Amino acid sequence: MTNLEKYKMAFVKGLELEIDFVKSGLAYSEIENWDSVAHMNLVAEIEETFDIMLDTEDIIDFSSYDKGIEILSKYDIVIE
Amino acid sequence: MNFYTDLDKYGKNVAVITDKGEQLTYDAFLFDCDNLVSSLTSRRLLFLVCNNSLDSLVAYVGALRKSIVPVMINSSIDGDLYRHLYEQYKPAYVYAPKGWSPIATDLASNSFNKLNSYRDFDMYETCCDAEYELHSDLALLLTTSGSTGSPKLVRQSYDNINANASSIANYLGIVPGDRAITTMPMSYTYCLSIINSHLLMGASLVMNDYSIIQREFWTLFKESKPTTFGGVPYIYDQLKKLRFGRMNLPSLRYITQAGGKLSKEMAEEFNEICESKGIQLIIMYGQTEATARMAYLPWEYAKEKAGSMGIAIPGGEFSLIDVDENVIHEPDVVGELVYRGPNVTLGYAESYKDLALGDERHGVLVTGDMAKRDKDGFYYIVGRKKRFLKMYGNRVNLDEVEGLLKKEGYECVCAGVDDHLKIYTTVVDEDIHKNILGFLSKTLGFVQKSFQVIVIDEIPRNESGKVLYSALN
Repeated sequence: MTNLEKYKMAFVKGLELEIDFVKSGLAYSEIENWDSVAHMNLVAEIEETFDIMLDTEDIIDFSSYDKGIEILSKYDIVIE
Repeated sequence: MNFYTDLDKYGKNVAVITDKGEQLTYDAFLFDCDNLVSSLTSRRLLFLVCNNSLDSLVAYVGALRKSIVPVMINSSIDGDLYRHLYEQYKPAYVYAPKGWSPIATDLASNSFNKLNSYRDFDMYETCCDAEYELHSDLALLLTTSGSTGSPKLVRQSYDNINANASSIANYLGIVPGDRAITTMPMSYTYCLSIINSHLLMGASLVMNDYSIIQREFWTLFKESKPTTFGGVPYIYDQLKKLRFGRMNLPSLRYITQAGGKLSKEMAEEFNEICESKGIQLIIMYGQTEATARMAYLPWEYAKEKAGSMGIAIPGGEFSLIDVDENVIHEPDVVGELVYRGPNVTLGYAESYKDLALGDERHGVLVTGDMAKRDKDGFYYIVGRKKRFLKMYGNRVNLDEVEGLLKKEGYECVCAGVDDHLKIYTTVVDEDIHKNILGFLSKTLGFVQKSFQVIVIDEIPRNESGKVLYSALN
C-alpha cells in the first residue's frame, strides 16, 4: 500500500467512513462522524499506521484531511 | 423562590464570557434574560434546544426567573427522538438555533409563531395550546436516557436546584472570582450543576462549545483563564492522550470528575499530575435523579482514598441496604447505595400528564449502584444493580437498547462495560452485524467502535425464559 492509501484507510477506520468520503476538504465537525470520540480513534489509527507519536499540538491541529498531510510531513511521512 | 431571581445583587461581576471573548456583567446578562422571555406566559413548558452558548444560557436563566419550565434538549439530538419528545410533552414554547432542522416542518407549515430572537436563536410559540397543569414545585426537566428514545424526564424542583447548587458551592469553596469553562453539553446535569453553582456565587462562566481536542478550545482557555472545569472519564482519557501533565495552565485551581467511575489507575495518575501542578482533583458522584451531585472526595484524601467516590455532600447522607432492605452497619460489606437529601428530585415524567405530579420520592433515592463503605466512612462503587452502562458519561439503559433493536427486527441481548456495549446475537450473517452497528451508532449517537456484535449459539435463559446475563461473559 502507498502512504496515500494507508492515510485514507486510517480515516476509514478511525472515522468509520466510506472510502469515497475520504478526500481533500474533509474536516472536523463538518460531518457527523468526525466528533471528539472519533477524533481520538483517528489519531490512534494514524499513530499505529505510521508508527509515530503525535505531539499534543499536532493532535489538536489535526482538524482536516489536508491539515493532516501537512502535519505528517513534519514526521518525515510524505503522503502522495 | 429560587436563587435565580436574586442574582441582580451581583450587578457588576462578570457573569458570562463567550467563545468570541465578549464579557457580560450580571446586569447586562440578566437584562437579556428577562427581555428574551418578556412576552412568554409563566408556568408553561419551554423546549430549550441548547448548545453551550450565551444564547442558550440566557433562555435557561430567563425561564427560571419567570417560572417557565424548561426541558433541556441537546441540539445534536436525533430528529426522530426530538419529535417523539415533542408529541409527548406538547410544549407551549420552543427555543432553538436558527435553521435547526427538526423544527423545519413546523416552520414550513406556519404552525409556529416567532416571538423573539436572541443572537443565533429564535423563540417560538407552538400551536400545541394544550392547557395542562404544571405542579407548583416543578422548576426544570432533564433527560436521563434520551439517547435511547425514551421520553422519560427527571422532574427537578426549585428547592432541589437551590439545595444542590449551594451544597456544591460550599464543598468546592466557589468564590466570585472563580471562572468555570464548560466542557460538556449544558443539557447534561453535571454541566448544569457547574453553571448553577457558579451563578449562585456570582462567579463567571466561559460558555464553550468546542471539544477539548480542538485547537479553538485551548485558545479560548488561554484567553479566558478559567479556574476550573469538569470531565467525565472519557474526557480524562483525552486529557491523558493530550499529555495534560505537560501543559502549562496556571489559572486552574481545581478540576472535577464525575459521570462514571474513573479507574483507580487513572485516578492515581491524575492525582500525581495535579499534585505536581498545584491543582486539586476532586472526584464526585451523582445522578440526574439527585439533581446532580451526591458525593465528593475531599482533595486532601485524593491519594489516600484513590478509587473512592468519597462522602456525602453537605446536607446529604448515605446508607447501604442488603437484599432484604436492612441497613448494613459493618464496614466493607457491599450493599445497594441509598441517598437522602434535599436534592433528591420529585420523580419522573413520561408525558405532559405527569407534570402535575408532586414529590414522589420524599427525599430518598435508591441509586441502583452497589457500593461498600470503609471503616473511615468513605464509599466505593463496586457495580450496578440496574442494567445500564455509562457511554461517554451518558446513561444508556440496556433493556431499552434491546427494545430498539427488536423494533428494527433484530433479536439480540445487550451487555458490556462502560463505553463498550456488546450485542449478542445468534445470527451469523455479517451484513446484519454491520446493519446493527450502523443503526445503533446513528440512533444512539456513539461511534461504531463503541459497539461490538458477538455471535453466540443460543441466548442463555433460565427455566422461566429470563435472559441470564451473567452467563454471557
